[in-house]
Parts: sequence; C-alpha cells; structure tokens
Amino acid sequence: MTTKLKSFLPLLGIAALAIALLVVAPAVLSDLRLNNLAKYCCWAMVAVGIGLAWGRGGMLVMGQGVFFALGAYAMGMHMQLESVGDGGIPTFMILYDPLAPLPAFWEPFRSGAFTIAMIVVAPVVVASILGFAIFKRRVKGAYFAILTQALAVALATLISGTIKYTGGDTGLSGFTSFFGYTLDDPLNRRLIFTITATLLVGCLVVAWQLYRSRFGELLVATRDAEERVRFLGYDPANIKLVAFVVAAVMASIGGAMFVPIVGIMAPKSMDAAASIFFIAGVALGGRAALFGPVLGALAVGYGQSTLSEQWPGTWIYVLGLLFIVVTIALPGGIASLATRGAGLLARLRSSDRKAASA
Amino acid sequence: MTERHLHPDALLVRDLSVSFDGFKAVSGVDVSFAPGELHFLIGPNGAGKTTLVDALTGLVKGTGSASYGGKELLGLRSHKIVRAGVGRTFQTATVFDQLTVLQNLDIAAGLHRPAWRLAFARHGVPAAVDEALEKIGLSDLRHKPAGVLAHGQKQWLEIGMLLVQDARVMFLDETVAGMSADERAETGELLRRIGRERTIVVIEHDMDFVRNHADVVTVMHAGKVLAEGSVAEIQANEAVQEVYLGRTAKGNVHA
Ligand SMILES: Nc1ncnc2c1ncn2[C@@H]1O[C@H](COP(=O)(O)OP(=O)(O)OP(=O)(O)O)[C@@H](O)[C@H]1O
Ligand SMILES: [Mg+2]
Repeated sequence: MTTKLKSFLPLLGIAALAIALLVVAPAVLSDLRLNNLAKYCCWAMVAVGIGLAWGRGGMLVMGQGVFFALGAYAMGMHMQLESVGDGGIPTFMILYDPLAPLPAFWEPFRSGAFTIAMIVVAPVVVASILGFAIFKRRVKGAYFAILTQALAVALATLISGTIKYTGGDTGLSGFTSFFGYTLDDPLNRRLIFTITATLLVGCLVVAWQLYRSRFGELLVATRDAEERVRFLGYDPANIKLVAFVVAAVMASIGGAMFVPIVGIMAPKSMDAAASIFFIAGVALGGRAALFGPVLGALAVGYGQSTLSEQWPGTWIYVLGLLFIVVTIALPGGIASLATRGAGLLARLRSSDRKAASA
Repeated sequence: MTERHLHPDALLVRDLSVSFDGFKAVSGVDVSFAPGELHFLIGPNGAGKTTLVDALTGLVKGTGSASYGGKELLGLRSHKIVRAGVGRTFQTATVFDQLTVLQNLDIAAGLHRPAWRLAFARHGVPAAVDEALEKIGLSDLRHKPAGVLAHGQKQWLEIGMLLVQDARVMFLDETVAGMSADERAETGELLRRIGRERTIVVIEHDMDFVRNHADVVTVMHAGKVLAEGSVAEIQANEAVQEVYLGRTAKGNVHA
C-alpha cells in the first residue's frame, strides 16, 4: 500500500508546479517576465520529451529542433495567414514576388482546426517514419545522436534556403492575432501564458503516467539491456518508437506555443545549436528524473535571458562550464541531489542507531 | 529414440549448421527435444552448444531446419520465437538490474497481455507472477532490485521469467555454473518440478549435476553431435570418453 501511495507522490509535485505557474507566477510577475516564463515553459515541454526519450529510453535525441520546427511553423503559418486576413498573402511573400499566389501547402493552414491537428499529426507521422527506419536498422548510441543532429541541420538549411515559402533566415513574424485574440492586449498574452503552462503540466502528467506504467518499466529495460528485451517477446524497436514519437509531439507543442509568445519563428530557434540547448537543460536538471528536465529547462532558460542580457557572450561559457561540472560531479543532474540527500540522511540515521545500540 | 522424434510437441532440429566467416561452429546437427524430459547438452568448451541455442533462438543465422509447433524457427526474429513458446537464459545472467524482482517477472509476463495495457501501471501482483515467485523461492526478495541478487538468485529469476512467459521450451545455458552445492540441488529439484510438462534443455559442464538429473544427454564436439542417450549410455561411449579424456583430467566422465 505504501508503495502505491509513493507512486502518487510525484502528482503532489506536479500540483505544486501547477500552482506556482498558474497562480503564483501571474500574481507576482510583470507582463514582460511572465512572457519570458512562457517561453521557458515551451522549452520545458521539449525537455520533458527529451527526458522520456533520453533519460528513460536511452536515445540521445540531439535533433528535437526538427519537431519543434514542425509545430512552430504550423502555428506560424496559421498566425501569419490569420494576421493578413481572408484571402490575404503574407507580407514577406509579397515583398519577394508581388504576383505570386499563396503556395498550395500554406492554404490549409488558414484553418485553425487543421493547424492544431497538424501540430500533433505532423510530428507523429515524421517521427514514426524516421524512428521506424532508424530503430529497425538498430542504429543507436552516438550514431543515433549524430543522425538526429544532422536532421536538425538539414531542416534548418532547407528552411533558410526556401525564403519564398518559409521566410528563410528572417523567419515568420509580424503576427497580430492568435486564434482571434489580438496579441496587443496584455490580458490575451496572459491567456497565452496560461495555455502554455497548462500544456506543460499536461506533458508532465503524461510523462508521470508513462513512467509508472508497464510501458515505463519496459522502456527502462530496453535502455539498459535492449537485446534482452527481445527475449521477453518484444521488439525493442517498437518500444523506442513510442517514446520517440511522444517526445516529438511534446517538442512540437512547445514549438507551436513558442510562436505567439516570442512573435517570431526562424531557423535559429530550431537549428543544431538550439537542439543542443534543449539537451543542456535536461542534462543539468537530471534526465531520468520526472522533474529534472522541466526544472533544468526553466533554469537554463532563465539563465539564458538574464545572464546574456548582462554579459552577452559570457552566458554560453557559463552554460558549458555548468554542463561539464554537472556531468562529472553529478551525473544524475540536479534532481539527484534530492535522492542523494535522502540517502545521506538515511545513512546518518542508521549509523546513529548503530552508535546508540553499541 | 524414434518415439521421441515422433512426439507431437517436440522441437525437431534437422541438419542445422552455423558458420562464422567460414568457420563451422555448428555443422549438420540433428537433434530432437521432447517435453517431459530433462535434456542435457554437454561437450567441451567451444563445442558449439551455445551457438546451437543461439541459432534456435534467432541470435545467429543458421541453415537447415528447426521446427516447433508447426513453425519453422530459423529465420524468425528472436521476439517472434519467444512468442512461439521458445525461451532461453544466458550464460551470464542478464536480468534487468534497475528493476525489482517483481518488475522483472511482471514485464516478462507482458507478452500475454494486449499491447494497450502497457499504458497502465501494475495493480497488485498477477497470479502467474506470484506463482513463479513461490516456485523460484524469491518471494521475500520481490521488492529488491534485481541488481543486488546473488549470482544463483539471478539465474532463478531468469527461470522465473521463462515461467511467467510460459515458455514451453526452455534453453538454460550453464544455469548452475558458479552455484553452491545446495543451490545446485535446489535448482535440480526446480527443474524436475517445472520440467514435467515442458521441454527443458540444459547446457552443463558439471558431470555430477548431469548424472543426478539428466533423462537424456546429447554430447557435442567440434560442432557435431557426438553421441546421444541416457547417462549410462553416454558414460559407456568410447568416442565420448576419448573426447573428454583427451581434453580434461581423467575421471571427469567416469568418477
Ligand atoms: N560470434 C562469433 N563469431 C565467431 N566465432 C564464434 C562466435 N561465437 C562463437 N564462436 C566460436 O564458435 C565455437 C563454438 O562456440 P560456443 O560458444 O557455441 O561453444 P560452447 O560449446 O557454448 O562453449 P562453452 O562451453 O565454452 O560455453 C567456438 O570456437 C567459438 O570461438
Ligand atoms: Mg557456451
């Protein structure tokens, strides 16, 4: 019974985070800071997915920018079209070629429902195809990491090179409204924060359920002894595929919300460097712990904004240094401090008892 | 011999060969494994015992045929072979160290559950898991991570995993190697108990253990089957004596 209770304990943590984000933060933070926090929440969603794929599944996904971009560009196209109104054409396209018609693949994104569907369906389809090809061929370890990273590079290059259709390096921007809500209104921006924070809490609940489920056990088993899992009658490729797809969907949702919050989506938000930045927060926070990736991503996001404002250029070195220190001194990330502390306490107590009985 | 070959639930291996870059680790092996007997596979180091089992469980490619329950096993992938009812353990115990004994058994039982149930947590202990815990004597250690188990206990856990998997054919690769005398005796008892309605094939070097528990012994040497029969028949076989006497100290087979 106690073990059963224990497995629900993390829900309390999720509830605490939900209260901090949904009640406390809006009450104490300025509009600007709240908007920044919303941005970190987007990165945190990507991080929860990475925690699942990498922390629990052992797949070092170095190209989550690909899925981040799928959601972000879907949302960006929709908001761009919404901003120019019925039948309108995005300004960057007109600047490029005043007579060009709207590219066919943009057209369906006029529909909000289609856009929301694509934010989920596109990463599922892309990650399934990619994952199937990768895992059935038994590509793993460093090869897997490099391959995913290469995909992020390729997609960023593709977007940069197709200015006519995607806005290229300048990206998509100049949005004025989000599903009918004007972005000028601070109240609406707070609404967007609330949606984002709620989605993040949702991602955490999904991760919590997956971790405690039999699938979670199987995923850890696959991470630790992939070939052995075959002898339980499972194809490990399928198990990894599920985790990879779920992680992709989380990254895509994070990317989608990033667009109304930041107001611009360009390749530099999803390229190789951005993809590594996603990983850094997860590694710092603790990749296998439920809360490690979220807290790590929020902290790194915060550090990025504040430190890079004060000492531009230094931040990346601070992050690099932190990364090295944590991976060497604390491989389980900052989240492992809690369990280490508990372990130390228990040891102290038992040695006390021994001393007392002696 | 003939009636064993005709057993409807026997695993029939015909002309099985495995080569590694031209080196024939297993060549032209014919053997049948039938339910209800403890079948031992013995032979000197490098004889091809593990490779034979590897081929039958999809770990290495083999030529020839191996049919079980109307299915051809060669060419199937490992997880399909497991689902066909053929399971195995490994020479070095490979349990999932991070998971508890209970979790190890529970995920092994998973292949009989529909896939969607993976999305949910375990509630209580499934009956098959409880039964297996009892049989392998690890009930008291159910909440311990498998990584902390002693060598022998890990081997039992692996057998337990085959039990909940409900493997009808079990290949056990040097399960009792490194166990104490007591543990060996217990393992022997366990195998007898679970072997009544299953096909159990044990790879073993320890001749005392073989003598105490074998119903049928197949001797392999240099990739081929050298002899097959009861313990007495094997001990009387001159070819077998020659192979063993040529390699190891006198009396290993006799004693
Ligand atoms: N993957 C491999 N590649 C090349 N040669 C191999 C491979 N696996 C096994 N062999 C060789 O095949 C032969 C048979 O090995 P195998 O492991 O089947 O022997 P064994 O009878 O199980 O021996 P032991 O009692 O020592 O476990 C050995 O000569 C071994 O070196
Ligand atoms: Mg061997």
